[in-house]
Amino acid sequence: MHKHRMSRAIALGGLALAGALVSLAAAADDGSSGAPANVSGKLLLTGGVSEIGGAAGGGLTPWAVIGGYGTNDQIGANAFYTRVNTQDYHLDDAGVMVGLYNRVEVSFAQQRFDTEKVGGLLGLGNGFTFKQNVIGVKVRLFGDAVLDQDSWMPQVSVGMQYKKNNQDAVVKYVGAKRSQGTDYYISATKLFLSQSLLLDATVRFTKANQLGILGFGGDKNNSYQAEFEGSAAYLLSRNWAIGAEYRQKPDNLGIAREDNWYDAFVAWAPTKHVSLTLAYANLGNIVIKDNQHGLYASVQVGF
Amino acid sequence: MLKHSVATALLAAGLLLGNHAAAQDTMAMPNQSAAMAASAPRDPALKPVFEEFGGKPGLVSLVNDFMDNLMADPVTHPFFANVDREHVKKELVDQFCVILDGPCTYTGRDMASVHKGMGVNRADFNALVEDLQKAMNQHKIPFRAQNKLLAKLAPMHKVIITKK
Ligand code: HEM
Repeated sequence: MHKHRMSRAIALGGLALAGALVSLAAAADDGSSGAPANVSGKLLLTGGVSEIGGAAGGGLTPWAVIGGYGTNDQIGANAFYTRVNTQDYHLDDAGVMVGLYNRVEVSFAQQRFDTEKVGGLLGLGNGFTFKQNVIGVKVRLFGDAVLDQDSWMPQVSVGMQYKKNNQDAVVKYVGAKRSQGTDYYISATKLFLSQSLLLDATVRFTKANQLGILGFGGDKNNSYQAEFEGSAAYLLSRNWAIGAEYRQKPDNLGIAREDNWYDAFVAWAPTKHVSLTLAYANLGNIVIKDNQHGLYASVQVGF
Repeated sequence: MLKHSVATALLAAGLLLGNHAAAQDTMAMPNQSAAMAASAPRDPALKPVFEEFGGKPGLVSLVNDFMDNLMADPVTHPFFANVDREHVKKELVDQFCVILDGPCTYTGRDMASVHKGMGVNRADFNALVEDLQKAMNQHKIPFRAQNKLLAKLAPMHKVIITKK
């Protein structure tokens, strides 16, 4: 109980800090409003936000873009904090990402999945938390999602995410084969500027159960499966975008059904240094609790 | 599954829209050289956008502010400090005017020869695009109209960016 409240407090503190960073970054940009300062080279909102596993993308799925606002001869970096709150669980997710020369992206994220009272019901204790570290690498193969407006060709990248969960015994107890695993994905992203529309399609090869929070592989299935993920974002202005996302997921565990995920989001980037994303996410069944849905909030700061 | 078809439909819709736009690109003017046509690709479908930009007078005042932004921007300033800016502005007005199917002719040089040897990199290019976006915002040009013009200019990066 007490521990539970602690983590709430930390999360709130994190949000407050993020808020402070936001206003700082905004103020810094205001200072130079007359003379536009371009500290970094990419166009606003075209770098995406931070995916739940730490890669640049939508909230639920990576995009082919390389994170950070760096260009071919620049390095860009981001840090993010994301919180997802459903009726019976919450997820705190924080990470950093570096984009190198618009070619390679390296990321790290830590996901903390708090089972709240469900942990108690399962005999793990209230507030029982799974912690998972995710190390990601993404490489842009070809294409330019933003500038190549005269062709069909999307920007295409491949990536991998190595994930390690700290609850080896628990995930094996529920039927998972391992507590660590690697996802591989290929993403195609294209901005249709004349339509102010950005589309992404990603195929992920994975064994992960609920991102890996419940381990990898299971009694029902223990081989890699190809899952489809997609995002559509409509740009309302330089600073605002709305959209929806979809993430198909495997269903490897006999003890509990796993559902595909959706969200609808609004993203706001007052400057290049900061973006805020709010989404309504539908996460379906998670272990013994069905129809989990709720608010997804994410803040990203970077250069 | 319903879930599936929604995502697929969304993607398909987007791709169709994109295809429509790409098809329009091929309607270049037949009596111009390829390089010139690529430098000011007239698109009859953009006529309504020309009106949204306030016609030719709108473009003249837009480009004035665009150049002011370029001069105020530390990234682009060095490129424009020592050129005939009045001339560049006139050419830009004609170029935008032709692209938006206005009653103009572009008589400037083609984009590849103009920018050859300038050493423009991607950050410079994006900075210029942002300075243009700022000018368009100053002129309250609707975002969607802005993007229609930018979609015609963006592909020029291939010949303008020479420093990788
Ligand atoms: C899509 C992007 C761009 C377009 C549509 C464009 C268009 C033009 C046009 C129409 C001219 C006048 C041509 C003439 O005098 O015949 C011009 C000149 C010039 N442009 Fe660009 N340009 C673009 C990007 C850039 C960038 C990124 C830079 C550097 C940051 C740049 C620097 C210059 C300079 C310095 C001149 C003057 C050249 C001279 O008079 O010697 N341009 N541009």
